Amino acid sequence: MTAPLPPPRKKDPVERTRQPTLPPGNRSREAQGLTAMAAVGRFALQVCAGCRQVQYPPRQVCAHCLGDDLPWRDVAAGGRLLAETNVHAANDLFFRDRLPWRLGLVQSDAGPSVVAHLAEDCRQGERVRLSLDLDRSGHAVMNAQPEEPGPNLEDDVQLREMTMNPKDRRVLIVNGKTALGLALAQAFKTAGAREIFVGHAEPWKTSPALEAVRKIDGVTLFPLDVTDTDSVQELASVLGGKVEIMVNNSYHLRPGGAVDRMDMNLSREEMDIHYFGLLRLAGTFGPAMRGRGADGDHGACAWVNVLSAYAQINNPTFGTYSASQAAARSLAQCLRAELAPGGIRVLNTFVGPLDDEWHQMVPPPKLPPNMVAGRIVDALKKGLEDLAVGAVAEEIAERLAENPKEIEREIKS
Amino acid sequence: MTTGGLLNQLMGGILGSGIQVVDLTMTLQPDVPTIVMPPEFGQSWPFRMEEISRYDHRGPFCYWNNLSCGEHTGTHFDAPIHWVSGKDLPENATDTIPVEKFLAHACVVDCSAPAAADPDYLLTQEAVEDWEAANGKIPPRSWLLMRTDWSLKRDPVAYMNMAEDGAHTPGPHEDLIPWLIEERDVIGFGCEAVGTDAGQAGHANVPYPCHYHMHGNNRFGLPALTNLDALPPQGAVLITPPLKIRQGSGSPARVLALVETT
Repeated sequence: MTAPLPPPRKKDPVERTRQPTLPPGNRSREAQGLTAMAAVGRFALQVCAGCRQVQYPPRQVCAHCLGDDLPWRDVAAGGRLLAETNVHAANDLFFRDRLPWRLGLVQSDAGPSVVAHLAEDCRQGERVRLSLDLDRSGHAVMNAQPEEPGPNLEDDVQLREMTMNPKDRRVLIVNGKTALGLALAQAFKTAGAREIFVGHAEPWKTSPALEAVRKIDGVTLFPLDVTDTDSVQELASVLGGKVEIMVNNSYHLRPGGAVDRMDMNLSREEMDIHYFGLLRLAGTFGPAMRGRGADGDHGACAWVNVLSAYAQINNPTFGTYSASQAAARSLAQCLRAELAPGGIRVLNTFVGPLDDEWHQMVPPPKLPPNMVAGRIVDALKKGLEDLAVGAVAEEIAERLAENPKEIEREIKS
Repeated sequence: MTTGGLLNQLMGGILGSGIQVVDLTMTLQPDVPTIVMPPEFGQSWPFRMEEISRYDHRGPFCYWNNLSCGEHTGTHFDAPIHWVSGKDLPENATDTIPVEKFLAHACVVDCSAPAAADPDYLLTQEAVEDWEAANGKIPPRSWLLMRTDWSLKRDPVAYMNMAEDGAHTPGPHEDLIPWLIEERDVIGFGCEAVGTDAGQAGHANVPYPCHYHMHGNNRFGLPALTNLDALPPQGAVLITPPLKIRQGSGSPARVLALVETT
């Protein structure tokens, strides 16, 4: 039975911090298909369009009929553990630091037998649930956990290497003045975060959300204005060595596009907050987080960007806002590559219209902030890399994959 | 070097004794609050600075910064073109105002006690007439400066003093302004709060009466001053030039006062 993970102790100041190493990261082009599925939490494998054979590992032609049409399909995630082993010696630097490591051979219900990382509670001959997860190198691996998970499954140390569980970790929420900022603080509190730091800009203007955040036990407020380089640097000098999960929920939406509302000031504010704000946070907090990616069982693990669904396709009703979100999304991809050597996962969430004052004129469906916050914490626990929240965001993702021109013509409500 | 000329006398006072130079300016830094407008209106940029280089790979010889801010940031000069009432007046912008107008006497009314008791304190004509009884009549072409010690509030939250119904900061009563213009011919109105109007002045019969009447009569504003407690009630000379911005509605200014000490 998995033992509960003890809460983090204060560090021994003369002990060297464990350096972030990564598991082997080379994958074939076909195998990157697994990464795409793991990034969004799907358990999907190639299924031959001709003979229906499920393929694993991914390949160019069907192992059964040599057909080359192998689309990715969600498949049954169950299986039975055929054999288990504990690895006690490894030459790979990542695994050497984490021995012993459990591996097993699983007969999957979908067909193939697979080698999987094994949760501690899996027993030979018993049923398991398979999942595709991103490992610390950002590549997909197969994990097996008991079909009936025990109470401490989320404390499984191998599993924690794949996920970004907020339990006993320290979180910085960049903007505590919005309803989403409040909902995030509450959700991380429920998830067992060790400390919750919440930023707020322009302290002379408060908000009902910030006043509610102030009252949450375990929350500490800090002045933080992402448009002010000094302010971001000052906070990084205080919190840079503590933040294990960064949540950039900067938000500045003003309706309008390029032709119907040419306003350089508004557009520049959107870019300053969404794009340059992320850049300032990345340049100041990024290095310290990357260096602490393997700092014990509770080291730095995740950077969350709360982006709009319109980061992926411009909605001209919010035209300049969408453009600033697209810029932030592009920078987030850069951030993902730069944080990868530390094993820090960048989770980009694409959120549909929120039910707030700036979407007053937008017809439903609109998302309640606590639902969005819950999905974000859930995605961290699952170790996802991309998350569409709400029907609008999910539909955008689907329609973009099908026909980008169709959604470009239709998106303006 | 000749002696006895007017400017030599002036410099003699400044360099020797007799004239003290007082800085009435707050330091420009990122946490200086700017005036709060409803969120759907355009907003003034706050003061921001980004390093160009600091004796490093970006420029080994020098330290310098790029700056950005709105025209009305920190201690600043309000030109008549700032307000709709002054938009068509001649010589109403920072680049066209005759430069001698940037030098003027100042009368300082100490309102620190009533402002400490009531953040919505309004300076009335009656109070200014009482001040004149003690300190003499306001000379024409002088600044009327309202000392409240508000600039001693270094915490931006206390300085802005925002509540759900807006800001609560002291300022001039709406009836005082036309009297100052018509009866005393002041050059402008200065104060220590973030703007020359009181925090609740948007609710006055004429919204923002100090801006409306002063700028509508080609007079100036000088908000966010500091160190007014170092000035005498009468006699100081203010130096207030704004940056020469083309059609500028105002600009941050380094406001200095010359005070006779003997």
